[in-house]
Amino acid sequence: MTSSGGMLPPAFLRNGSPSFADFLADLAPDLLTARLLQSTIDTTHLAPHGTTIVSLRGTFGAVMAGDRRATMGNVISQRDIEKVFLADEHSMIGIAGTAGLAIELVRLFQVELEHYEKIEGLQLSLDGKANRLSALLRGNLGMAMQGLAVVPMFAGYDLDRNRGRIFSYDVTGGRYEEHDYHAVGSGSFFAKSSIKKMYREDISAEQATAIALEALYDAADDDSATGGPDLARGIYPVVAISDSSGVRLLNDDALTPMVQTIVAGRQRRPDGPLVDLEGQS
Amino acid sequence: MSTPYYVAPEQLIKDKADYARKGIARGRSVIVLEYVDGVLFVAENPSRALHKISEIYDRIGFAAVGKYNEFENLRVAGVRLADMRGYSYDRRDVSGRSLANAYAQTLGTIFTDQPKPYEVEIVVAEVGTEPNEDQLYRLSFDGSVADEQGYVAMGGQSEAISNALAEQWTQGMDLAASLKLAVRLLGEFGGEAQRALEPSQLEVAILDRNRPRRTFIRINSARLAELLT
Repeated sequence: MTSSGGMLPPAFLRNGSPSFADFLADLAPDLLTARLLQSTIDTTHLAPHGTTIVSLRGTFGAVMAGDRRATMGNVISQRDIEKVFLADEHSMIGIAGTAGLAIELVRLFQVELEHYEKIEGLQLSLDGKANRLSALLRGNLGMAMQGLAVVPMFAGYDLDRNRGRIFSYDVTGGRYEEHDYHAVGSGSFFAKSSIKKMYREDISAEQATAIALEALYDAADDDSATGGPDLARGIYPVVAISDSSGVRLLNDDALTPMVQTIVAGRQRRPDGPLVDLEGQS
Repeated sequence: MSTPYYVAPEQLIKDKADYARKGIARGRSVIVLEYVDGVLFVAENPSRALHKISEIYDRIGFAAVGKYNEFENLRVAGVRLADMRGYSYDRRDVSGRSLANAYAQTLGTIFTDQPKPYEVEIVVAEVGTEPNEDQLYRLSFDGSVADEQGYVAMGGQSEAISNALAEQWTQGMDLAASLKLAVRLLGEFGGEAQRALEPSQLEVAILDRNRPRRTFIRINSARLAELLT
């Protein structure tokens, strides 16, 4: 860190890359998360673990939603953790895995995007953002090898192609573009199976939100590490919507009636909405 | 062996200052002024790509006149400093005052140590949650800092514009009124003869205190034309 007294260090005035992470790595690597733990013990149980995130896209753009539970082994370590964030004005990021590292990764990613935008005077393309996330994630590979993995999901509205897009990642920083929908985290299998039965390409943002909430409900139904909507405490999934006008988080006023409708539906039919069997009689 | 020329330090400083002043005076002017909802930056700048005004952080904006490569260098350094401070502490811990300090030290050191001083003048503006919390720091090529009240004019005809602002600027003007005032003064004093500036000749941005988080927004030509009518 620089002192506020003296002249700005030469590194600040040097002509360099518009990447904030590269700048930090040069000047203050201690501010980046440790690259490798010096131990061989399994550290999985030491830190809270965040779970299920789902994302769907349609012609309107994309929706991302995440449950609010963090676990440490059999203990619920936090019931209102937030795992879906706005990355910048047109994209959003959700994280599963080791919560502390994941949230730090999101913070770095947000500054990385804003930093580029301010230095260059224009925003990165959606692919550019997705690639930067890969690079940042690769920095965490050492930790991932020891059980402290972070698995993000990135989605947003592509202003060049005029549609929503979803990117998934593996712990090595591998980046894969998903068609239509995706889920990550411990409840992702249940969530994805749920979305699969309800998804259509021409859904609206409201319908996509409803499908995402149903999918998280299904994940919570079968995965102990995923939390369902907590009506008693008013804790609902975090939902972000990205369309041509930008990206926003749904507030509780908009979310409460949607969650209540879903819970009421489940009281009539605990397994959720029935899917039409087209062409079958 | 020839005797090296002796130059009195007073003379040396004066020469450098004159050199820097001349460089700055060649450029078009920039006006930064407070209005009821924040801080307004108005520059006469026909370029769409080479900005004289830009965002540093959530509540901090930057305006400069003089040599482009030199103030661009300082701008980038400011963005790096602000982002680094915000990342290592918190977004609220990034202040215009500390940035102005860093710029002052940097410009001061360059002025005394380097053979050629920076030919720049910059303003660091920070918007507060209330109008009386707004801050304007004006930094000169030699590292001197002035904490300005209400308005600043820099560049070519800064003195004439400042005098006019002293008479015509009032606290609590709205965006359209302060924009019209700034554009009129740039047209009146900025060139050889009085001119009416078109939106395409202007670079305008605001720090809007009512916006959440990032308060800096550029005002595009369409919105500019609307505000100026």
